[in-house]
Amino acid sequence: MPEPSRTPSRSALGSLVMIAAIVAGGATAFAYTAGWLSPQRLTPDKMVDALAPPGGPALGHRRNHAKGVCFTGVFDANGAGTALSKAQVFAAGQYPALGRFNLGTPDPHAADATVRVRGLGLQIATPDGQLWRSAMIDVPFFPVATPQAFYDLLLAQGSKDPNAMKTFAGAHPEIAAFGGWAKSAPWTGSYAEERFNGINSFIFVDGSGKESAVRWSLVPAAQPVPVSPDDLAKRGPDFLEQEITDRVHGGPQRWTLRVTVANPGDPTADPSKAWPDDRHTVEVGTLTVQKIEAEQDGPCRDINYDPTVLPSGIKTSDDPFPAARSAAYAKSFDRRTAEAQDYPRTATGAKP
Amino acid sequence: MTMARQHFTPLQRLLHWLMAICILAMLFIGVGMVSTVMPKYLTLVSIHKPLGIAILVLALVRLGVRLRDGAPALPADLPEPMKLAAHLSHYAFYALMIAMPLIGWGMLSAAGYPIVLFGGVHLPPILPQSDGLHATLWTAHYYLAFAFFALILLHLGAALFHAFVRRDGVFEAMASGSSAGGVAPAE
Ligand code: HEM
Ligand code: HEM
Ligand code: HEM
Repeated sequence: MPEPSRTPSRSALGSLVMIAAIVAGGATAFAYTAGWLSPQRLTPDKMVDALAPPGGPALGHRRNHAKGVCFTGVFDANGAGTALSKAQVFAAGQYPALGRFNLGTPDPHAADATVRVRGLGLQIATPDGQLWRSAMIDVPFFPVATPQAFYDLLLAQGSKDPNAMKTFAGAHPEIAAFGGWAKSAPWTGSYAEERFNGINSFIFVDGSGKESAVRWSLVPAAQPVPVSPDDLAKRGPDFLEQEITDRVHGGPQRWTLRVTVANPGDPTADPSKAWPDDRHTVEVGTLTVQKIEAEQDGPCRDINYDPTVLPSGIKTSDDPFPAARSAAYAKSFDRRTAEAQDYPRTATGAKP
Repeated sequence: MTMARQHFTPLQRLLHWLMAICILAMLFIGVGMVSTVMPKYLTLVSIHKPLGIAILVLALVRLGVRLRDGAPALPADLPEPMKLAAHLSHYAFYALMIAMPLIGWGMLSAAGYPIVLFGGVHLPPILPQSDGLHATLWTAHYYLAFAFFALILLHLGAALFHAFVRRDGVFEAMASGSSAGGVAPAE
């Protein structure tokens, strides 16, 4: 290698050491930021890994709420919501809806009667190009108060230590309310009879900039008919999917979107605490489900019902869950889209 | 005329240092955001997208300026392999500065996410929704990000090598507008 004409000064070694130190410092700062030096940091990867059942995750499927069926329909806004939020979705009118009925399990083949929590993913699109996505469950509150506690709960559930759940419940007494709900809330034979609750708190911003802390629920038009889990088990492993398909064939199914406004001082950062029943509510419109399609080739398959996909006029609050969910849902989505070969579409090219 | 120039033009230097800050910020924001479930996740993501698109715009402007204004010649005594490495790394930088944002934008398009810059300002999707495309682009964004950072470390090491060991004016060509060679005056 030809020598440079200017011979390096005697301090060249010192300079090289300094350069190496600067470059190494840059690399270390990067590694720190990426969390490689902080094994205790709760990352989206860890959260999603913790959701996996003992046999490993179902490749190609959502890492939670893995069993589900797509629906399409419309949302008819009645205009009442414009008093709370400037989002176009509340201006009187009809907007396309694309959603997914689902079960709160990481196992896409779980028998319907074995899954306590039922959910609904919803996307409403407005002509201004904005999307509102939400994922709701039939429980009226969340089992735990923080994302970290949810992670700890998953670890406790997966733990071999027989006392893990007891220890967890000792540290997180709020979990008792979920146990109570799971025992006492009636089971129904249809997604159409479920009330789905957004649970997390968001901020609605109206045209003048006024902010209101809110939660929302989809309240079914159909009258819930309690059925015992034993009777449900006799209807077969996929009865919910079959029932909703037949039911919607017979006629569209409806839910009212009800927005609950917090009183000053209501806990917005803790979804394990339901707000009192007397809070001001506004019925802002009606979701009409018109068509059911299997997930495998359906339009909801590759949608991530990330609760932070919000139109302007709705924003996140001090509730830490939407951010944690967004991070974890994205990771789940990244993984499952990379595993599509493990969950092949039946009709290639039949996708809209 | 450009052949005799010993410095990058002020506009080129402005773009270089401004973009260096933005790109380093992007890389740190990128790896930081995907490693947390805290509320700052949303804040970081909401910076990552518009800043990435700003880098795309700046990179295209910079490419135009570079094609128009050229670059000062490297020192004649610089060994050929080093010259080649310098030129190849600069091509790679331009490719990455333009490709990374496009891949990010394409990845969000293929995932069917809205591409929010700020408030109600959205970009249109540049690709159809597709799980396969999303997975491919995600992989590309991931690995190219690390390649980008590695190249920057190499580039940083080389720049400092020119500044403190070779003292051949290459560092000053980008660092300052006056006195070639010698000690770089702080800008
Ligand atoms: C930190 C807490 C939570 C974590 C880590 C978590 C995790 C997940 C993951 C990984 C998915 C699959 C996402 C995908 O691949 O598209 C999912 C889906 C879902 N989650 Fe959560 N979740 C959390 C909290 C909640 C809460 C508070 C609710 C109810 C309000 C909820 C309701 C749902 C529903 C309904 C779905 C299915 C959405 C769909 O149909 O795609 N989750 N969750
Ligand atoms: C110079 C431009 C860019 C650089 C250097 C960059 C860098 C990065 C890095 C380092 C990561 C983390 C990778 C990992 O560790 O998983 C990342 C992730 C990401 N970037 Fe970028 N990025 C750029 C532009 C963009 C743009 C313009 C967009 C979108 C408009 C974008 C969207 C994303 C998304 C969505 C992720 C998260 C992917 C996931 O894991 O789900 N990026 N980026
Ligand atoms: C962080 C991202 C960076 C990028 C993407 C980048 C990119 C580039 C590119 C493409 C060139 C070729 C000239 C042009 O067309 O603009 C260049 C030249 C240069 N850069 Fe950087 N740079 C970065 C950071 C740095 C840093 C941190 C330093 C030093 C501390 C540095 C020092 C230099 C020097 C001295 C030159 C002139 C080299 C020559 O004339 O061949 N750069 N850089």
